[in-house]
Amino acid sequence: MSDTGRPASPAPSVEASGWGWRHAGRRAWALRGLDLRIEAGERVLLLGASGAGKSTLLLALAGLLDGGSGRSEGSLTLDGRSPATLRDRIGIVFQDPATQLVMGRAGDDVAFGLENRGVPTERIWPLVDEALERVGFGYARDRPTAALSGGEQQRLALAGAMALRPGLLLLDEPTANLDPEGAALVRESLERILREARPTLLLVEHHVAEVLPLIDRVIVLEAGGGVLVEGPPDHLFARYGDRLAAAGIWVPGYPLPAPVSRPRPAAATVLTTDQLRFRHPGAAHDALRRTDLQVRSAEALAVTGPTGSGKTTLALLLGGLLRPTGGSVVAGEALAAGHAGDPIWRWRARELVLHIGSVFQQPGHQFLTRRVRDELRLGPLQAGLGAAQADRRADELLARLHLEPLAAANPFTLSGGEQRRLSVATALATAPSLVILDEPTFGQDRRTAAELLALLAATRDAGHGLVVVTHDREFAAALADRTLRLAAPAPDEVA
Amino acid sequence: MQRGWRTVDVVVGSVLGVAFGAVFQGWNLAWAALAPAFVTLPPLQGLMYGVWLLPAVIVPLVVRRPGAALLGETVAAAASVYFGTPWGLVIVVYGLAQGAAAELVFAMTLYRAWRLPVAVLAGAAAGGAAALLDLALYYPAWPIEWQLAYLALVMPSAALVAGVGGWLLVRGLGAAGALAPFAAGREQPEV
Amino acid sequence: MLARANPLAKLGAAVALLLVLFISVDLLTTALVLAILVVSIGFSGIGVRALLGRAWPVLVTAVMVGLLNGLATEVHENAWAVGITLALRLLAIVLAGTLALASTNPTDMADALQQQLHLPARPAVGALAAMRLLPVLAEEWRTLALARRARGVSADGSPVRWVRLAAGQLLSLLVSAVRRATQLALAMDARGFGSGTRRTSARPQRMRGSDWVLLLGGAAAGLAAIVVSLVAGSWRSLFGG
Repeated sequence: MSDTGRPASPAPSVEASGWGWRHAGRRAWALRGLDLRIEAGERVLLLGASGAGKSTLLLALAGLLDGGSGRSEGSLTLDGRSPATLRDRIGIVFQDPATQLVMGRAGDDVAFGLENRGVPTERIWPLVDEALERVGFGYARDRPTAALSGGEQQRLALAGAMALRPGLLLLDEPTANLDPEGAALVRESLERILREARPTLLLVEHHVAEVLPLIDRVIVLEAGGGVLVEGPPDHLFARYGDRLAAAGIWVPGYPLPAPVSRPRPAAATVLTTDQLRFRHPGAAHDALRRTDLQVRSAEALAVTGPTGSGKTTLALLLGGLLRPTGGSVVAGEALAAGHAGDPIWRWRARELVLHIGSVFQQPGHQFLTRRVRDELRLGPLQAGLGAAQADRRADELLARLHLEPLAAANPFTLSGGEQRRLSVATALATAPSLVILDEPTFGQDRRTAAELLALLAATRDAGHGLVVVTHDREFAAALADRTLRLAAPAPDEVA
Repeated sequence: MQRGWRTVDVVVGSVLGVAFGAVFQGWNLAWAALAPAFVTLPPLQGLMYGVWLLPAVIVPLVVRRPGAALLGETVAAAASVYFGTPWGLVIVVYGLAQGAAAELVFAMTLYRAWRLPVAVLAGAAAGGAAALLDLALYYPAWPIEWQLAYLALVMPSAALVAGVGGWLLVRGLGAAGALAPFAAGREQPEV
Repeated sequence: MLARANPLAKLGAAVALLLVLFISVDLLTTALVLAILVVSIGFSGIGVRALLGRAWPVLVTAVMVGLLNGLATEVHENAWAVGITLALRLLAIVLAGTLALASTNPTDMADALQQQLHLPARPAVGALAAMRLLPVLAEEWRTLALARRARGVSADGSPVRWVRLAAGQLLSLLVSAVRRATQLALAMDARGFGSGTRRTSARPQRMRGSDWVLLLGGAAAGLAAIVVSLVAGSWRSLFGG
């Protein structure tokens, strides 16, 4: 139990000696033979390719890995003690705000952690106000959490973690699920916190360049191993930049490799929209305001804009998945011969999948079968291409996207990067004239992003049309021939 | 294996309930709009029930703790009326009764049986509870033979849809690797 | 006005009246309780027009219930009375249910259940936390339907295929639900939830004088309706009477 009148908990030092962890149900060790020492008050950026055990280390330091969820070896201590005994002195923030916030009102959420720790009622609200102030929250206590943007929600999560002034602050990709504006909000809050306190900080973050000013040291982990390299950031990136970038880490100064330049077939119109708009039934404002555009084959169109501008809605409309509230989306001759002028929302699903492939933001939403190979065969079978064709396409794509060893695995058991590759592959299986992707590089490491870039560029160069909705400016710049920027909703239009 | 409820047990049980609640919102709307027709054609009402009873079977099979059926079914009912429907509390009462009936079945096995037969029995019991409430609410003046016939129609379809369907869904969850923190998931091969 | 009442006082009063309605199937009791409830609407802060607007399926169902029971009852002489009674009874039950939860915030209800009825914190708070995911899961359900269309899969009017499609969609939602829940549980544990320390509460809930009046008044009113009906010799119970 914490004494709330006390100032911040002292920052602990972190020491790992031959430490390893194996999750229950897995054959491979997440980390093994980890040796490191972090001094009290030091600020460390933890890097590594996807699957390199960064989250595992943070969970262990937060005292959240117990014997039931796996096996450990070696020792991992905070000030010489087991992390589980120091839980009150540790604050951890995860990447998804939706599964971190517990209560319907902002103040109540910060109070949640205090209630759990038995803080007396009269001390709770002053601590809550202090915590909200410390992160620069900007709203009153009774602000509904559902009305907050992603960045504001993460700020609230940060406030909750900081409420008892922990000595150790752990941040597991806090900006991964946010748009650039939200990520900036979170970084601002972090800067504010670090200006007035000196906890030991371990941060896992892909957008490395933006957080470097806050960091003293970088530690790079390796999957199934321990520390790969470590040291002060400038020195580390200068010396190992190439290797790290190749391993999938977003090293600052290492942009994505530009796609190979190839000759392309002539562009032809695939879709035309006319005064297209959409409003959810019963909503006060349009989700997508009047939009006119043309999508062409052998061309990549990037759609950018802040949250709430209707990008995903546009992607769904262009995919023929939603019926427009006003205006139309009609097929061009290059989309489906003989169907020029058809409004695509009317097409039956079997027709649609043959001509347009839609890749959703969350790959898991589109998995319908129990095996990777069956996923790849599904589209062609539904489109009526026959079993032989379906098998052939499936094998082709398995090879092309390095998914062969996983052909019999359940799609949900694949890693994030593998799921993303699979979802793109399933859209390509029917060789559609147009492929629409919603945030394809979301949460991906550099290697997957580079692979996707190469794959999509090749698809475009082969004559397919591409529409990519994305926050990732680098990705858009590397791939897009044209960019459509959707405007933010007017202030009075925000729900 | 009789340990207490962990946080993950409570939260997964509740979120499963909420997930069904989200699905039921649409299902409830359909029921509310069609209720006048259903009331005239009881067999249809019986068929719709199976879906409502899924949480009472699925949550215990996943979480495997005493009280799981009651928790899952009540939370599902509460979530389905969260956005406001005139039927409000009535639906929550149904949830409590359905959950309690299924809970009784699991309790009778001393919380040690978690396979298909128990699922089917629990589904039938929950269906029976719902049918009894229906009789008290909508058909109290019917002759006893009709009331018994109603029970006989609702319970088997409930057992089938909720019991067998629920069991199959839990197996699907296991195959997708979603049940690692649970005993139900340890029956899966290593990835 | 009801918005400021203790959630359990509202619930308790409504439950008392519900019990009375449940066990009574005579016209007098039902009409009296319904009258009490209708008068309470004025204090509830619910607009009558809004209420009627959303309540039309209930009204239609009540009419059907009245007809069905009236036609099927063995007590042929008073069939019309039976029909009307049961229709009104259904309306009253639904109205009581609506007033019970009117303007009650889920957080306040969870607090009241824990503090006043001593419901264990773990299920109450766990369920409350889970409720926050409701809009997210509802949105995901819609997205899953769209994703299926994008994969070329649709029911095309076949009921068998519709069932398979719906079952697959449900499974996908449940997989996502379990994953989110596991993550949420981890976040809650990280903030000390599962630690066994005795929880304090940030928002004390208690019963004020007005709350007791509401609760006991509701119960008394219900009992009074039964008594009046008994005295008039017309009370009949659900269980054959």
